Amino acid sequence: MELKTVQTHHVPVRCLEGGSGPDLVFLHGAGGVTADDPLLAELARTHTVHAPLIPGYGDSDEAPEIRDMLDFTLHTWDVVAALGLKDPILVGHSMGGMIAAEMAAIAPNDVSRLALIAPAGLWDDEHPIADLFATLPYEMPELLFHDAAAGAAMMTAGRDVTDPNFLQTYLVTNARQLGMAGRILFPIPERGLQQRLYRIKARTVIVWGDSDRLIPPVYAHAFKKGIAGAELVSIPEAGHMITLEKPALVAEAIGRLG
Amino acid sequence: MKFTWFNLMPWPYLPDDFRETHRSVWVDIDQKLFDPVKSHEVYNTYMDLLEYADTLGFDGVGVNEHHQNGYGIMPSPNIIAAGLARRTKDAAVVVLGNSIALYNPPVRVAEEFAMLDCISGGRLVAGFPVGTSMDTNYCYGQIPSLTREKYQEAHDLIIKAWTTREPFAFNGRYNKLRHVNIWPRPIQQPHPPVHIPGGGSVETYDFCIDNTYSYSYLSFSGYLRAQALMNGYWKRVEERGVDKSPYRAGFAQTILVADTDEEAERLYSEHVSYFYNRCLHVYPGFADAPGYRTIKTIQTGALSQYAPPTGGYTQLTWKELTEQGHVIAGSPETVRQRMEDLIKGLNVGNIFCLMHVGNMPADKCMYSTKLFAEKVMPKLRNMFPDWADDNRFWTTPLKDRVTAGALPKQAPTREELARTYAVEA
Repeated sequence: MELKTVQTHHVPVRCLEGGSGPDLVFLHGAGGVTADDPLLAELARTHTVHAPLIPGYGDSDEAPEIRDMLDFTLHTWDVVAALGLKDPILVGHSMGGMIAAEMAAIAPNDVSRLALIAPAGLWDDEHPIADLFATLPYEMPELLFHDAAAGAAMMTAGRDVTDPNFLQTYLVTNARQLGMAGRILFPIPERGLQQRLYRIKARTVIVWGDSDRLIPPVYAHAFKKGIAGAELVSIPEAGHMITLEKPALVAEAIGRLG
Repeated sequence: MKFTWFNLMPWPYLPDDFRETHRSVWVDIDQKLFDPVKSHEVYNTYMDLLEYADTLGFDGVGVNEHHQNGYGIMPSPNIIAAGLARRTKDAAVVVLGNSIALYNPPVRVAEEFAMLDCISGGRLVAGFPVGTSMDTNYCYGQIPSLTREKYQEAHDLIIKAWTTREPFAFNGRYNKLRHVNIWPRPIQQPHPPVHIPGGGSVETYDFCIDNTYSYSYLSFSGYLRAQALMNGYWKRVEERGVDKSPYRAGFAQTILVADTDEEAERLYSEHVSYFYNRCLHVYPGFADAPGYRTIKTIQTGALSQYAPPTGGYTQLTWKELTEQGHVIAGSPETVRQRMEDLIKGLNVGNIFCLMHVGNMPADKCMYSTKLFAEKVMPKLRNMFPDWADDNRFWTTPLKDRVTAGALPKQAPTREELARTYAVEA
């Protein structure tokens, strides 16, 4: 995966690119995405993968003027245009799935293939989604992974927690990334998508881990119900970070879109 | 010097094992711990104490806003302030303050503060905090990284509403109002003095300097730990080339006075322990929503005072709390000395005296308050003679104020009324 920069109306956007085959745009979740992401590697075997970073993620510039759901949706369409793509396979995980669904709902004729991996965007009072913004780092693995111990190892890999600057770097990164994510996820990760789902025309695959404790699988059925003809692929022994836990199976499910 | 008697209004009935059995005093505090029947006495006692402070010559009586909080049962400080505006005579009513980003629309604050200023005869000090992350983000659902922008807009709207003499349209991002025309408006001109409670956000320094507002550092960790932050403020004041009037700054300090140092420990240590070891037990996940603080502020190392100390919580002792300056306690002379150190060291003219602490009962609180008012306060009055006339940061009350509750005991008779309103022939 290579990191490149494309110019958009608001800010320069950083974008991971790699692989060959049909164009595929991957929108990351609130935790961001890195060049060594195993799902991107899987997808790049059969697709040309474009994974733009939301402003504020990684080393990308912040975009204070992107404030609400419509801003995020249109900005991401700007990114697709800046990448020179037309009707790419649109894939999104978690927050990225929420944005991808909004993009497909707002411009239904421009998205013919859509993959939503444990997307945010709906809310069910009977099944409240945990407050990610009040979750401490050590509590994350239990919430995000089927195998919490293995998840904890993945989350801390490559981080030197003994570095005195670690805490400050961590806080700055969190403020930039989750601060931005909070604009569409805080305090409830729902911005009206339910009433727009009917507009989606794309052939849609919904991928969900059976052990997702952040956005429980009951939401998979709500998405399936809301999007005409959507297909649900449930994956056992996978949590919300299914992209890290079962990348090959996720890629295989997305592969059904061609 | 301006001394404001301040009460956070803690709930005094948190169980002994609160910290072990509950995760947070704030946001998701256990509903079962609040007893509405008991609160009847708690509220009225706390308001009585504020009124008592007025009779002892404190310059102000202070209230603040917290939500879903076991150490501050005052989600609406304006309700308490309304009682104080009526029942106090001379003290400024210091509302520190209203979290203006939470009011929809914020003209509500302009109106309520105007009412308080009118009822009190121009005794209102208006505080505009951004609000803690617990209150603003976790309890009231504001988006963390947009909170400051919304706060700024609310501030601009309130000041404009106070100072504009004709209806105007306000096309904000968060407030769209075609007809802003608050009625009533405040007595104090151009508007009541504004104090901004800050917790180390560097942007707030400039905001205060630009608008001639007083910067108030409301910390519970005492004056020794506040030195670095206040130095940063004064450095900025100097850089900006404005005067260094001590009234540009305020500081909150827990103060407890007794006859001797030993008596202070004997009388107050359990209540201090209750506050520092029980009331401040906040789940760290609620301490600072990502995006609430600006990157610049995080980079200066100003972290939430609610985050657990490195190494985790320990039981803070009386000795640690007094020696480290969290609490200034002891005989009048001990307290005077330490207050002098605080006032000179931080260069602060406004002191928010936290004289009720934790689960302190009213009799002890009155005892301590009276000793401070009579034996300490007079000796600290003239710390800044060069700035004695600086009234930019304090109230300008009406000279002739009515006495609340001064109606005659009896309604007039028909005959008396006829005489009063007799038409001149």
